[in-house]
Amino acid sequence: MAATQPLLNRRLITDWLGIAPFAIFAVMFLIAPTVYLVSGAFVDPNGNLTLQNLIDLFQPNILAAYVISIKISAASAIGGAIIGFALAAAISLGGLPSWVRSAVLTFCGVASNFAGVPLAFAFLATLGRLGLLTIVLRDVFGFNLYGAGFNLLSFLGLTLTYMYFQIPLMVLIITPALDGLKREWSEAASVLGATSWQYWRMVVIPILWPSVFGTLLLLFANAFGAVATAVALTGSSLNIVPIVLFAQIRGDVLHNPNLGYAVAFGMVVITGISNFIYIWLRMRAERWQK
Amino acid sequence: MTAKKFWSWLAVFVAAFYFIVPLLATLEFSMRMRRGTYSFDAYRSVFADDRFASTFSYSVVMALITIVVGALLIVPTAYWVRLRMPYLRPVVEFVTLLPLVVPAIVIIFGYLRLYNSSSWLPLTNTDMGANALLVFGFMTMSLPYMYRAVDTAMRTIDVAVLTEAAESLGASWPTILFRCIFPNVLTGVLSGAFITFAIAVGEFTMPSLLNRPAFGPYLALIGANKAYEPPALAMIAFAMTWVSIILINITTRLQKGAAGAR
Amino acid sequence: MSYLELSHVQKSFGIVKVVHDFNMSINEGEFVSFLGPSGCGKTTVLRMIAGFESVTGGTITIGGVNQNGLKPNKRNIGMVFQAYALFPNMTVAENVAFGLKVAGTSKAEIEDRVKEMLDLISLGHLADRYPYQMSGGQQQRVALARALANKPKVLLLDEPLSALDAKIRVSLREEIRLIQRKLGITTIFVTHDQEEALSISDRIVVMNAGIADQIGTPSDIYNRPATRFVAGFVGTLNILEAKVENREAATVRVAGRSINIPPANLNGAGDGAAITVALRPEALSLSKTPSSDVALDGRVTSVNFLGSVIRTRMDVEGQQVSFDMFNNPGLQPPQIGEIATAHFKASDVLVIPN
Repeated sequence: MAATQPLLNRRLITDWLGIAPFAIFAVMFLIAPTVYLVSGAFVDPNGNLTLQNLIDLFQPNILAAYVISIKISAASAIGGAIIGFALAAAISLGGLPSWVRSAVLTFCGVASNFAGVPLAFAFLATLGRLGLLTIVLRDVFGFNLYGAGFNLLSFLGLTLTYMYFQIPLMVLIITPALDGLKREWSEAASVLGATSWQYWRMVVIPILWPSVFGTLLLLFANAFGAVATAVALTGSSLNIVPIVLFAQIRGDVLHNPNLGYAVAFGMVVITGISNFIYIWLRMRAERWQK
Repeated sequence: MTAKKFWSWLAVFVAAFYFIVPLLATLEFSMRMRRGTYSFDAYRSVFADDRFASTFSYSVVMALITIVVGALLIVPTAYWVRLRMPYLRPVVEFVTLLPLVVPAIVIIFGYLRLYNSSSWLPLTNTDMGANALLVFGFMTMSLPYMYRAVDTAMRTIDVAVLTEAAESLGASWPTILFRCIFPNVLTGVLSGAFITFAIAVGEFTMPSLLNRPAFGPYLALIGANKAYEPPALAMIAFAMTWVSIILINITTRLQKGAAGAR
Repeated sequence: MSYLELSHVQKSFGIVKVVHDFNMSINEGEFVSFLGPSGCGKTTVLRMIAGFESVTGGTITIGGVNQNGLKPNKRNIGMVFQAYALFPNMTVAENVAFGLKVAGTSKAEIEDRVKEMLDLISLGHLADRYPYQMSGGQQQRVALARALANKPKVLLLDEPLSALDAKIRVSLREEIRLIQRKLGITTIFVTHDQEEALSISDRIVVMNAGIADQIGTPSDIYNRPATRFVAGFVGTLNILEAKVENREAATVRVAGRSINIPPANLNGAGDGAAITVALRPEALSLSKTPSSDVALDGRVTSVNFLGSVIRTRMDVEGQQVSFDMFNNPGLQPPQIGEIATAHFKASDVLVIPN
């Protein structure tokens, strides 16, 4: 017994040595920076504990930034989820030729990664004041888009732009779930007398809702954290959270570093909650996929 | 049956319209530089700009460093956790998912506070330090994808059995890791690598806040100052993304083929 | 009286004809198996009865009502699938209740019926389990209860046992037959396993390449195969080439000797005609019994111990003949290379129509 004890310890030490590089990396470049900001959100410039920073988040301009950010993220997530689901259902259950399916999936892989600055350029070239669609609508259809109140640098414009990566993401995540619906389930339902609406209501929707709702939350968090597209599209003209935070990091526009931490903390809270619910729902959905 | 097909085709056509129009518009816009006629002048102008080549190659180098360092960190870790410390898996998985929760802008904000010129580790003082910080930032961002890809590849090869087989043949630890494990999870590493590449090359927030001469900030700068070059750059970026995705598809297909042949 | 009538049923997918002119009348309460290798069209026929596939030609009637053009959900048919196909989001009780619920049955009635059904398959204690918490055999019993809950006119079983372990397969098939007898429900059972089909069916349809080769009772199918395919697919057979010596006397020449067979077995083959005859391995025996009148000598080429029986194969003038003997610890089985003599009754010889 006495002889085996040190051996065991040595094994334990090598075990932990093996994981040490990763642990150090994670602490230094992921956990510590986050913890630093989060804790900074709860102290004042003199280092005293306070909730003032969090309360200050509710001042009109910051609150407005959060509200518009949440609105854009929610709208692009919901729009992306609905259209993405329709597209995924079409390629998975619609009986289309298989080349359509693989073409759509490959394109979605590209488009879901086509975010950031280039995406902003593409939409400026499409729906900007001199964009192709704007000009075609004006010259061919006699419809003045901007005269009708549209602006790419607005809620609607940004939502439309974000959907360019939201829809593909939805398609990529939800198609496997739709593929997991067995043909026998629909056959069993119909032979038991169910209409296809009853089958969807009693079987498909209960099976899919955790995946769909979970993916919706993932899309929401995805849009909420998107900085580059917003910055490149709007410069600093639109007051949304990532842009406020970007400006704050650049030059302390809030004149209070700790308030800046609180803004970051608020972002983490919002994306964090949506991601945790996403992961939880995903585990729930996978329970049935055995 | 026909109704279902009709709606499916409709969905595909509507989506195709939404996705293809911006690409056509971008292409059209990028060719408007010369008055009255379509030309590739904007592309010529893009490629003639020295900063295009320098920022792009800078970003590519950073991305490649990220991939190599990331693979060297993640493959042994995933292997070690699977083999020796399976009880740590939930924790490691949780940590690797964290970058999805903490937005990149928040992570880089933390770096700037923790490793600035007046901190205990003033990485931002030197170019090398800032470059290192950028690499670590990219690694953090790609962690969820890289770890998942490698871990999935390891699940299919059963590392424990492979290790025992190698040990019974007298292989040393480095041999096991680099001659047995790495080649077998190479497809996983590759598909993780392409995602990392796609993220890192176009990334704007991190290099911009670290003041690095990278491709993303250059794109934004051009966007703010030029008219016809940005859509040309967008088309180039789109083409590059397309190539990386095709490469990912090829590697995952190879992986599936390898798994299927087992 | 005929209850389920398939007349001139055909099915083509594009230019590929998978079911040719299929005719059959099934009586009420009958248990019929469709037996055949995969791709023979048996599942397609079943799916046409269920309404998942439309017939290309012919009609299917149930209780005198033409089913052509009726959607599956209007046919009141029960079906059990190979992969269980239980709804994963519902408990056992909810699965069984599904058909009653969509039919708008009252709550109290559903409850009674579900309880009755679960008692029938003796799984009442698992009513609140989810499918993923149960074994394959349990899931398949629930699927059976679900299919029966609506009191369907016909029960269709599409290879319901193929996904299960060997032991459970046997016990579940007995349970299925017991329940079917108790309810008296007209049942069609699709399988590629001849033992399964032989053991539980009233009648068997042996299908091959979209055609029903033979329809008959299990004993008919086994003892009097109508085609060479049926003879080969159902059970093991020794196939021997033979020649008719004398039609009048019903003598044929097999393996170098003349034997007399029952004249009816000749099926009108003329003098000198080459015919194929067959012998079940169990018709041959090493020991001479009073009734056996033919003996074959051959060199033993293999001896396989199968447990209760020992299957010996020997070479009789270039033709392989195998036969079974019961295992007897006191008796030495033949050795490879030995010359052995197998005896059989000439009346056991089957003449296979070419």
